[in-house]
Amino acid sequence: MLISGTIFTARDAAHKRMFEAVEKGEDLPFDIKDQFIYYVGPTPAMPWMVIGSAGPTTSSRMDKYTPTLLDMGLKGMIGKGYRSEEVVASIVKNKAVYLAAIGGTGALISRTIKEMEVVAYKELGPEAIYKLTVEDFPATVIIDSQGSDWYSIGKTIFNDTKNKEKTQS
Amino acid sequence: MRSIPYLSIVEKVAKMCQEANFELGNDVVEAFRDALKKERSPIGQDVLQDLIENANIASSERIPMCQDTGVSVFIVELGQACFIEGGNIYDAINEGVIKGYEEGYLRHSIVDHPLTREKSETYNTPAIIHIEVCEGAHLTIHMSAKGGGSENMSTLKMMKPSDGKAGVKEFILETVAHAGPNACPPLVVGIGIGGNFERCAYLAKKSLFRPIGHRSDRPEIAALELELMEEMNDLGIGPQGLGGDTTALDVKIEIEPCHIAALPVAVNLNCHASRHKEIRL
Ligand code: SF4
Repeated sequence: MLISGTIFTARDAAHKRMFEAVEKGEDLPFDIKDQFIYYVGPTPAMPWMVIGSAGPTTSSRMDKYTPTLLDMGLKGMIGKGYRSEEVVASIVKNKAVYLAAIGGTGALISRTIKEMEVVAYKELGPEAIYKLTVEDFPATVIIDSQGSDWYSIGKTIFNDTKNKEKTQS
Repeated sequence: MRSIPYLSIVEKVAKMCQEANFELGNDVVEAFRDALKKERSPIGQDVLQDLIENANIASSERIPMCQDTGVSVFIVELGQACFIEGGNIYDAINEGVIKGYEEGYLRHSIVDHPLTREKSETYNTPAIIHIEVCEGAHLTIHMSAKGGGSENMSTLKMMKPSDGKAGVKEFILETVAHAGPNACPPLVVGIGIGGNFERCAYLAKKSLFRPIGHRSDRPEIAALELELMEEMNDLGIGPQGLGGDTTALDVKIEIEPCHIAALPVAVNLNCHASRHKEIRL
């Protein structure tokens, strides 16, 4: 699928700060209701670019914080790799979705990012929260609102087809 | 004695850090192309095509192929007849990394303190530097920009000699299966067997510096590399873990003698962004 619109970036350090804010009863730096968070820590933008290389980072490091954010209305996350059982359950409960972008294709993905604006925690540099305007940002659904997990389905479908081919030949 | 100026090392290291991040080696790009010919999963083919396109964009626009521009790992062959004029080799390499990463708009990805997570003052340093002293008057510097995602899924196990080859294979395959999409497959899998606790980890890392397709010169180990690669690719994990034939682009094994009671095994995963450069001075 291709995403166009607004997404927010956050990775380890920004998640920790947002989580601490929630625990203290403070407001989050942006209204996360119905928003998407992209797990990315881009390289510094060269002067002529909107953003540097900007591919996804491993999502599982955010697992500890994700259910809280989903309960607060977050609609989806974009990253790469497995999620914990708690996150999957929370995705189902909150009718959210988890998408993956292709890890290691930061140069390719950066072309789909048209605007970038810092929202909070500027001092964190690449780990700050940015608002991105994207056009045709490529992603794959990994966990849908029913809790199906494409990492295991994809592998099973592939292996079944392969084994069928093997027995036929 | 051959004297090598400190600043010439700084300059060359700075340049190689950028090259590593902008220019994926031909061996890796060729491996993508070969894999694309064999890959049967449509989504796996799409991913491989994107990897090739990504490498092209990075090289033509000179931007990092991946936003994780890595920890800079160096293996240095230092001829004992070399003399570094104006400073020491460790400082020269670190200064080169700072320069290369800052000027090349590469990411500063190092924290100073692993527990407090305080960020280091100096850009993307300290680098991890291994020095092997050798005969002669040459200085060869091998560099890898090693990504965190694949490093995090790497493993080490002190196995029992009775586990034997079968046990070792099982442990390696488990590591790859468990890493799944997290390590950004297709992978290059580096394995160290023997030595001791720290040595096998170093061997696994060192093996990753061999170009893709280069087999061990020990026939039984070369055969094991191929055997493991076939079994990894039979797991069905595929590019990015979305299902497919291409889980590993290559498998490298380095072995060394070890204690009669020991069988240390380390598996160092490298993602498809297998960034390695080499310079000779
Ligand atoms: S594992 Fe490798 S390809 Fe994936 S994000 Fe990290 S450095 Fe990039």
